[in-house]
Amino acid sequence: MASNYDVTKEEIEEIAGVNPLRCMRCGRCSAACPSFDNMKYHPHQFVAMVENGEIDALMESESSIYKCMSCMACIERCPRQVQPARLIEAVRLAVVRKQGQNHLTPDDIPALLDPDLPQQALVSAYRKFTK
Amino acid sequence: MVYSYFPGCTLKNKAKDLDAYGRRSAEALGFTLEEIPEWQCCGGVYPMNKDEIAVRLSSVRALAYAKDHDQELITMCSACHNVIKQVNNDMAHDEYISEHANNYMKSEGVEYHGETKVVHYLEVLRDEIGYDKVKEAVRNPLKGKKIGAYYGCLLLRPSDVMAMDNAENPSIIEDLIKAMGADPIVYAQRNECCGGYLTLEDKAIPEKRVKTILQNAKEQGAEMVITACPLCYYNLKKHAEGTGVEVKYFTEVLADALGVKEEN
Repeated sequence: MASNYDVTKEEIEEIAGVNPLRCMRCGRCSAACPSFDNMKYHPHQFVAMVENGEIDALMESESSIYKCMSCMACIERCPRQVQPARLIEAVRLAVVRKQGQNHLTPDDIPALLDPDLPQQALVSAYRKFTK
Repeated sequence: MVYSYFPGCTLKNKAKDLDAYGRRSAEALGFTLEEIPEWQCCGGVYPMNKDEIAVRLSSVRALAYAKDHDQELITMCSACHNVIKQVNNDMAHDEYISEHANNYMKSEGVEYHGETKVVHYLEVLRDEIGYDKVKEAVRNPLKGKKIGAYYGCLLLRPSDVMAMDNAENPSIIEDLIKAMGADPIVYAQRNECCGGYLTLEDKAIPEKRVKTILQNAKEQGAEMVITACPLCYYNLKKHAEGTGVEVKYFTEVLADALGVKEEN
């Protein structure tokens, strides 16, 4: 499959350490996902799309890669140890590792602060959204 | 018992209460938190992919320090606990990560393979001190107070690595609530995510999550929920108004029960 980004499904599977062929399409990951309503491609679809090599579409879907809360509910509740969140993380990394593709930049931060915001929110978001 | 203590970035800033009440309660219960000198921020979230090596090194440094001092590594913050314990597991069981991280650490004279035991403060209360001893040490029993545990995601998942409690039906905080003389309230949303770091970009997402969580706690009879996570605390507190449910750190309620809340 031709790719706009030169990212293959093999690379995604390798850095995620996940084999999507283990998925039996039960949908339990999506049922457990607290961000289900926020995402264009839900966790079970995300796994199937990686398996089908539809990496470009996933890389272009901001809601699918940036609305994951990394809560690990899909990892915990998958009966086949597929670990969908690791695939989402791999695609997110494939995007932010590209030059100029950070989802969050230092210039964005001041406007997002409030006096009670814990440092943990900043470092976590920065880890997820920036390289 | 003396532990190598990893406080983390937030406990030095916005979550000073979580830290201070925890330290005071530890002294009252007879264990000591010896802060790891020059600890570095854990990063807040565990790097889930295998080729993210450098971001694991702050955890490795803290773990190697505890090993050198023949101590267990203790945390109070759920996030630090989650990151450090999962990295520890990588260093013990993932050859790729262990080899690459150790290559980085060579210049610091460190070789580390997951030898340190990582414990959360709650596990020390349950497994080392014992909840019966905690109960004996209580000076102000929280009689009749109805308290719900809010576990969130990070204390329990992934359960094969965190191994603290049953990830879907935990009791470690409920049993502490009982030991403090209060009534634990069990509710379905106690281990569902608060929205986490998405709060930075879009407050509507945690708002919706928190309303669901606190409404559920309230329906089951909770007057208060307690947490070990500064980000859960922030999200819960931000959207608790009008729900009638108080939000506190577990260490604050513990210090209160032990009679050490006010500094001597």
